[in-house]
Amino acid sequence: MICQECKQRPATMHFTKIINGEKTEFHLCEQCAHEHSDMFMFYGNDDFSFNNLLAGLLNFPSSMKEMTASPFHSSDILQCEKCNMTYHQFTKIGRFGCSNCYRTFARYLPPILKRLHSGNTAHAGKIPKRKGGTLHLRKQIAMLKQKLQELVAREEFEKAAEVRDQIRSLEYQLHQRGEGEM
Amino acid sequence: MSFEKFFNTVVSAWMSQEGPDSDIVLSSRIRLARNIVDFRFPTVFSNEEAQQIVSLFEQTFAHRFYRSVGRFELLKMSELQPIEKRALVEKHLISPHLAEDSPFGACLLSENEEISIMINEEDHIRIQCLFPGFQLTEALKAANELDDWIEEHVNYAFDEKLGYLTSCPTNVGTGMRASVMMHLPALVLTQQMNRVIPAVNQLGLVVRGTYGEGSEALGNIFQISNQITLGKSEEDIVEDLKSVVQQLIAQERMARETLVKTLNIQLEDRVFRSYGILANSRVIDSKEAAQCLSDVRLGIDLGYIKNISRNILNELMILTQPGFLQQYAGGVLRPEERDVRRAALIRERLKMEERKANGG
Repeated sequence: MICQECKQRPATMHFTKIINGEKTEFHLCEQCAHEHSDMFMFYGNDDFSFNNLLAGLLNFPSSMKEMTASPFHSSDILQCEKCNMTYHQFTKIGRFGCSNCYRTFARYLPPILKRLHSGNTAHAGKIPKRKGGTLHLRKQIAMLKQKLQELVAREEFEKAAEVRDQIRSLEYQLHQRGEGEM
Repeated sequence: MSFEKFFNTVVSAWMSQEGPDSDIVLSSRIRLARNIVDFRFPTVFSNEEAQQIVSLFEQTFAHRFYRSVGRFELLKMSELQPIEKRALVEKHLISPHLAEDSPFGACLLSENEEISIMINEEDHIRIQCLFPGFQLTEALKAANELDDWIEEHVNYAFDEKLGYLTSCPTNVGTGMRASVMMHLPALVLTQQMNRVIPAVNQLGLVVRGTYGEGSEALGNIFQISNQITLGKSEEDIVEDLKSVVQQLIAQERMARETLVKTLNIQLEDRVFRSYGILANSRVIDSKEAAQCLSDVRLGIDLGYIKNISRNILNELMILTQPGFLQQYAGGVLRPEERDVRRAALIRERLKMEERKANGG
């Protein structure tokens, strides 16, 4: 069989494309298939693994745009000083090299995390006890403040006053602890 | 080694115990991914770093008793035979990635095999708690307590905003994957799985066959787990998963009732034919074995078959995988030889049940 594109070389790649039940077959040589690789997303992807899929996701146009928009922070040069991983490498592998990468690549992460975690970009779960300390208190205060607003909105002022007192007492603790740690 | 002795040494507690709703939920699992500050992630770490992490865990945790689960033993991947590693994978105690691609991988395993801590897999450690039946809350509690215990000795990589930092951005936040293994033969028979899977996916959960490649679910066993690890607390993730599992349990029970009402004799026939194959075949491949085991297990749950323990499905699904068959045979087996061994092992296991039923 001859390649249907260049009509010269033998067709070695065979694709079947089904869109809305409509089946189209393609018979191409390797070279033409490569040129049209955008049409055949599986072409040349020997390793159709999760990490490749993820890497594809990381290269999503929106993050590309951000990169090119700021020439002084070219992502190719953006490199983690602790493990030497560049942002470019990260998008290829789909994994970080060390915990410091999260800080190094911080400005590119929100869109990626949003895509992976249904729009979420902030942790809402467990906090290690060791880190705990003031962080626990601050999270608790933030939660109570939100509750306070809700209570005020519903005009439940008695409960709101209780919550306000709780916040004050926690803020006092935080203040004490902060001074103690200094 | 006698069959019964082999059998008793390879069956973990979670396989032979019954838990809540264990007619449908075979096991519940919580996995926490954690990394240690100051070490690079396994993606790029040096051999020295890898060894330091293994020694850290070896010195701190190996041979220590932890509550009721017993002593922890450290298994280094480099010191295990391929067949032994494969058997651990088939028991779900370690991942294929740890067994095959982690030269400095290790695993801290509790005596009762309820807890395994993989070291130097994709993350520095992955804590895993496996409970029989539908016990996600219990598994989460156990995993959290173990996590706290480990944290007393090591400093985790944690960020105030992003939570636990993991090698892959899909795990960042809680680092938690909660999953249940469910036996859903009636939903498969009534062709409802095609409808169920996309619906569950829409809720941010993943359904896949536990055994077998891709979407094919050998033995009608499905794994359902959370996809998202950021933005929700561990408890909320578990509650969301639980509510979906509860609905699936209800649907599976309803489908079973419908099958009994409409196809009683055909269903009974199918169950006993499968039993006949398991009890008598001399050559059986893993696919046929899985289907027959699923039928027999359904037969036990529906009361057609009595005097056989329910756990036969959990146990034999694992024991008839290539790694275990070879461990039982004591050497490498070609695929045809495995099919013969598999048939023999299943017959032996069913005979064990008969002996038990006859009081000795």
